Amino acid sequence: MSLVEIKGLDVGYVRHRHIQPAVTGLDLTVGAAEVVAIVGESGSGKTSTANALIGLLPANGRITGGSILVDGVQTAQAGERVLRQLRGSTVGLIPQDPMVGLNPTKRIGDQIAEAVTLRGISGPAARAEAIEFLTQAGVPDPELRVRQYPHELSGGLRQRVLIAIALAGRPKLIIADEPTSALDVTVQKRILDHLGGLAREQGISLLIITHDLAVAADRADRVVVMRHGRKVDEGDPATILNAPREGYTRQLITAAPRLAHGGQLVAHCDVRHEPVPEPILTLTGVGKTFPVADPRRGKRGFNALEDVSVTVPRGRTHALVGESGCGKTTTLRIALGLESATSGSIVLDGTEISGLSWNRMRPLRRKAQLVHQDPFATLDPKFTVRQSVTEPLVSFRIGDRRSREARARELLDQVALPASYLDRLPAELSGGQRQRVAIARALALEPELLMLDEPVSALDVLVQEQILRLLADLQEQLGLSYLFVSHDLAVVAQISHTVSVMSEGKVVEEGSAAEVFANPRSAYTRELIDAIPGRRVVTL
Amino acid sequence: MTRYVVGRIVQAAVVLWAAFTLTFAILYLLPSNPMQLQLAAAGIEQDSLTPDQFAAMQHKFGLDQSIWEQYWQHLSGVLHGDFGDSLSQQVPVLDLIGQRIGSTLLLSVSAAVVSLLAGSALAYLATFVRWNPLRLVLTRLPALGASFPQFFIALFLIQFLSFQLGWFPATGTEGVVSLVMPVATIAVVTSSVLAQVLIKSFDETLSQPYIITARAKGLSRTAVHLRHAFRNAALPAMTILGVIVGLTVTSSIVVETVFTREGVGKLAQEAVLSQDVPVVLAVVTLAATVFVTVNLVVDLLYPLLDPRISHVRAKVTAPEVVPA
Amino acid sequence: MTAVLTETDPILTPAEETRTRHGGRLGTLARKPGFLLASLYVLFVISVAFRPGLFSSQDPYGTHPESSMQPPSGAHLFGTDVYGRDLWSRVLHGSPLTIKATLIALAIALIAGLGLGIVSGFFGGLTDGFLMRVIDVLLAIPGLLLALSIVTALGYGTIPVAVAVGVGIVPGFARTTRAEVLRVKTLPYVEAARAGGASWGRVLLRHILPNSWGPVAVLAVLDAGVAIIAIASLSFLGFGAAPPAAEWGTLIADGRNYLVTSWWLSLLPGVFVALLVLSLNHIAKTFQELGR
Repeated sequence: MSLVEIKGLDVGYVRHRHIQPAVTGLDLTVGAAEVVAIVGESGSGKTSTANALIGLLPANGRITGGSILVDGVQTAQAGERVLRQLRGSTVGLIPQDPMVGLNPTKRIGDQIAEAVTLRGISGPAARAEAIEFLTQAGVPDPELRVRQYPHELSGGLRQRVLIAIALAGRPKLIIADEPTSALDVTVQKRILDHLGGLAREQGISLLIITHDLAVAADRADRVVVMRHGRKVDEGDPATILNAPREGYTRQLITAAPRLAHGGQLVAHCDVRHEPVPEPILTLTGVGKTFPVADPRRGKRGFNALEDVSVTVPRGRTHALVGESGCGKTTTLRIALGLESATSGSIVLDGTEISGLSWNRMRPLRRKAQLVHQDPFATLDPKFTVRQSVTEPLVSFRIGDRRSREARARELLDQVALPASYLDRLPAELSGGQRQRVAIARALALEPELLMLDEPVSALDVLVQEQILRLLADLQEQLGLSYLFVSHDLAVVAQISHTVSVMSEGKVVEEGSAAEVFANPRSAYTRELIDAIPGRRVVTL
Repeated sequence: MTRYVVGRIVQAAVVLWAAFTLTFAILYLLPSNPMQLQLAAAGIEQDSLTPDQFAAMQHKFGLDQSIWEQYWQHLSGVLHGDFGDSLSQQVPVLDLIGQRIGSTLLLSVSAAVVSLLAGSALAYLATFVRWNPLRLVLTRLPALGASFPQFFIALFLIQFLSFQLGWFPATGTEGVVSLVMPVATIAVVTSSVLAQVLIKSFDETLSQPYIITARAKGLSRTAVHLRHAFRNAALPAMTILGVIVGLTVTSSIVVETVFTREGVGKLAQEAVLSQDVPVVLAVVTLAATVFVTVNLVVDLLYPLLDPRISHVRAKVTAPEVVPA
Repeated sequence: MTAVLTETDPILTPAEETRTRHGGRLGTLARKPGFLLASLYVLFVISVAFRPGLFSSQDPYGTHPESSMQPPSGAHLFGTDVYGRDLWSRVLHGSPLTIKATLIALAIALIAGLGLGIVSGFFGGLTDGFLMRVIDVLLAIPGLLLALSIVTALGYGTIPVAVAVGVGIVPGFARTTRAEVLRVKTLPYVEAARAGGASWGRVLLRHILPNSWGPVAVLAVLDAGVAIIAIASLSFLGFGAAPPAAEWGTLIADGRNYLVTSWWLSLLPGVFVALLVLSLNHIAKTFQELGR
C-alpha cells in the first residue's frame, strides 16, 4: 500500500460566501521512500494539495470532496486530534520561506527539541537529539547554533534548521513546499542535494512542491504537473522530459532554458564574431561605500561596490548577474543617478553624470529609463494605465492632451496590450500585464537605454518567457539598449549579448554571453552555472 | 550597552524638561491677563485692591518679574522639589499632592494591573475560541468598551451596583470595597484599548508562517498559542504600556470626581475650576514624569524580551559556509 | 508583433476578483447591516446638529415645573428634568455645541497633524528628527491633562475645550501620516515617477498623498469618537459652555444628582453619546477592513 493515497480530491477557498475551487478531482499517490514532485505555476493548486494532506489549509480553505489516506488514516474530513497525531511523526513539513518560518523569539535548540519532545523524549536527551538533527541537516557547529536565535542565522542555515525540525519527528514523509525558492541558486542546490541524500539514507518519502520543472526533473522519481487545480501530466522524469503527452508540459520545458537545450546553458544571442558597437553607458572604476550607520546597508544587504567597470554597447543587452547582496542593483541605481557613487565615472551617451545635481540630471532622464522588479508595486494603484503611461510626458511637458492620448495608444500597442486597457487600474491587471504597462511607461520618453531591475523574476515561467520575448522584439524595432540585472543565469542566457558576473561588490568575470556560458573562466561563474537545475536531463 | 542606557535616560530627561516647559508656556504665556487669573484663583477682587496692595500681590505671585525670571524660578523650584504655593488654599502644592498621592497611586496601580490582566485574557480568548459567533462577540467587545465615556460607566455602576443592589458604596475613599467600582470604571476603558491592540497583534502573529511550522510539528493548539504566539504577539503591545498607564492616570481625574475620592485627580479638577495655576503645573509635570518613566522602563526592558533587538552585543551573523 | 494576450496568466483570477469587488464596493457596504445602521445614526446626529428643531418640537429651555422629573414616555422620549424641560429636545439642542466642538478639534488635529506628518515624512533627516521629538514631548503629557492646562489658561467654554481636545490628538495624526508618507515614499512607483522626470512636488501631490490618505482617514473617523468622549468629559467636569446651554457632558453631569430617583436624566443622554461613538468606531473598522 502507498504511504499517501489521494483520490478525487477537491479543495476550495471560501470567498464572499462562495467556494472558489483550487484543486479539482486530484488523484495522487506517494509510495514508501519515493520522491514525488508536483510542478505548477502560482494558482495551480500545488500548495493547497500539500496543505490539505496534513490539514493545514488556511482558515477559509475547505476540502469539499474526495479522500486522502496518509499511512492508512483518512485525513480529508478528520478532526484536529487525528491530524495532530500524524503531523510531525508521520508527515513533516518544510515551509516555503526560511526567513519567516522560524519563531523569532525562541532559540533554535528549543524549536527543534519541541518536535523531539512530542515523541516522549524530554530534558537533556531531547537537547542531545536536537543537536544530532542539526548535524544531520548539515548545520556546522550545532552546539553553538542551538543557543542562537533565528535572526542570527543566514537564510540557508535557517532552511537547514527547518529541515532538522522536520526530521525531528522521525516522519515517514516530508513535504517540501518550494523549499529553496527564497534562496540564492548555489545555496538552493546544496540544500536540495542534502535533503535528497537524507531522504534516501533514512528511507523517507519526499513530496516536493515546486514551480520549477527542472528542479522537479532533477530530483524526483515521479513528476506530477498541475494546472488550474487539475493534474495535467504525470510520469517519471525521463518520460515527462522526452515524451511529454501534454502541450502544457512542452511549454514548460521550452520555458526552462536548461531543459530546452539538453542540459546545457546556451546563450541565445551569440555576438562573439560581430563588431562591438559604440557604448551608450560606461561605468569606470565605480566605488560605493555606505556609511556604517546607514540603515539601508543592513536592511537591504547591499555590499559596497569596489572598482566596478561596466559597458553597455548601443543596441545590445548587457546583463549584471550575481546572487543577492552582490551589488548588482546598487550598480544599476548608480547608473540611473538614483544613488551617488563614492568614486569613479559614469558616462551616459557621452555625458559624465556622476556628481550631477537632480536638476542637471533631469534632461538626461529622457535617455535612460527604469523598469522595476515587483509588478505589484511598480504602478501607482490609484493611477489608470493611461495616467501611468503618460506621466513622464506630463512631467516633461511634452505634447498636449490629444497627442499624449495618441502616444498612450501607440505605447500600449508596442507592448501588445489593447487600447481598451487604458482606463484600467493596476488592480485589474495580471502581473505580466502590469509589467507590460511598466515597460510602456519607461518607453514613453523614447529613451535609448532601459535599465531593467529583475524585470521577470516575480513572474511565472510562461509569462516570463513572453515578457522576455517582448523585450527582444522591442530592442529589434526601436534599437534599444538594455542594462539587465538578474540573479537568474537562465534568464540572462536567454536575453543578453554581454554579461558581467558580480560577487561581493566586484565584477569577477565579463565577456560575451556565449563565451561566458560556454567557457566560464572564474570558479564562481562555474558554480553559478552548475547550480542551475536541469542537469539530469543529460543523463536520462 | 551602558551608552544606550545612559543615552536613553538623558533623552527621557530632555523630553520631561520640554514637557514641563511646554506646560509652563501654556499656563503663563497663553492667558491674556495672568494677574487677573491668579487673583481670581486666590479669591481676591482686583477692584478692591489699592495700587500698593496690587503691587504686593503681583510681587507675591512673582508676576512683577520678566517671564524668563519666572520660568527660571519655577524650573529651579521643581528641581529642588518645590512647586510653590497653591493660590486658592495658600499651602505648598507639594503638601496638597502628598496628602492625596497615596489614594491615587493605589487606584491607578490597581486599575493598571486589572486592565493588563483583563485585556490580555480577553485578547487571548478572542483569538483562541473557535466557535465563530462567540469569537465575533469577543473581538467586538473591546470596541464597545472603548466607546463609553468613563463618567457614564461610573454613573451606570453607581446606579446599579450601589443604588439598586447596594453592593458597593457610591462615594468615598474608605477600604477596599470603595476601590472596586472606580477600578472597574477605569479598567473597562483601558483594558478595551489594550485588548484591541493585542487582538490585532495576535491575529497578525497567528498568520505568520512560523505558526504553521509549529503546528506541523504536531503541537496542540494550546501549545502553539502559549509557546509561540503569545510572546510574539505581546511584544508590540508592550510599546503601548506607557499609554495604558497614562490612561489610568488621567482617568483618575474623572473617576475621583464622580466617586468623590480625595486624590490627585480630583485635586486637578478643582484646581482647573479655580484656575489654580501652580497646582495644575505640578499635576501635569507629575503625570508626564510617570508616563516618561514607564516608557523608559519599557524601552530598557524591550531588548531583554525581544532577542532581535539587541543593544547588548554586536550581531553575529553565521557565515554561509556549509560542508558539502 | 506577436499576439500576446493569450498569456497564460494565473494572476488574472485574483485580478478579476478585485474588479468585481471594486465595482461593488458600495454594494458590499450596503450589505453590511451594522455599517448601514451606524452610518444612519451618525447622519441623524449630524443633521440634528445643524437643524436641532427638526426632530423635536419642544422647547429645550422652556420650564414646566408641573411636569418635572417625568420618566420616559411617548410625550417625552427621554423624560423631563428637574425643571420639567424635555430631555430629548435638550439632548438634540446640545448636539450643535458638541458637534461644532468636535469639528473644530478635528480640524485642528487634521491641519496640524497632517502638516507635521507630511513635512516630517517627506523631508526626513534633521527636520524629521526634530519634529518627531516635538511630537514625543506632546505625547509625554497625557491628553486630558494637556487639555486641562489649556482650559486653565484659556478659560471655559466650547471653543477652549475644542482647542484643547484638538491639540491633544495632533500627535497621533502626525505619527500616522508620517508613517504612511514614509511607506509610500520608498515604493517603486514613486521611484519610477522620479526616474520619469517628475518633480518632488508632483510626486507628493499625485502619488504620495492620494496613497497615504486611507489610514489617515480611518484615524480621523476614530478620533472623531475620541474627541466626542473628551469633549463630553471636559464639559462633564464643568469646563464646557455656560448654562442654560447644555452640552451632552453637562446634561449627564446635571442628572447625576438625581440618579437615585430619576436614572434616565444621566443614563439616556449617556447612551445617546455612547451610541454615536460606537457607530463612528464601527464605520472606521469597516473602512479599515475594506481597505485591506
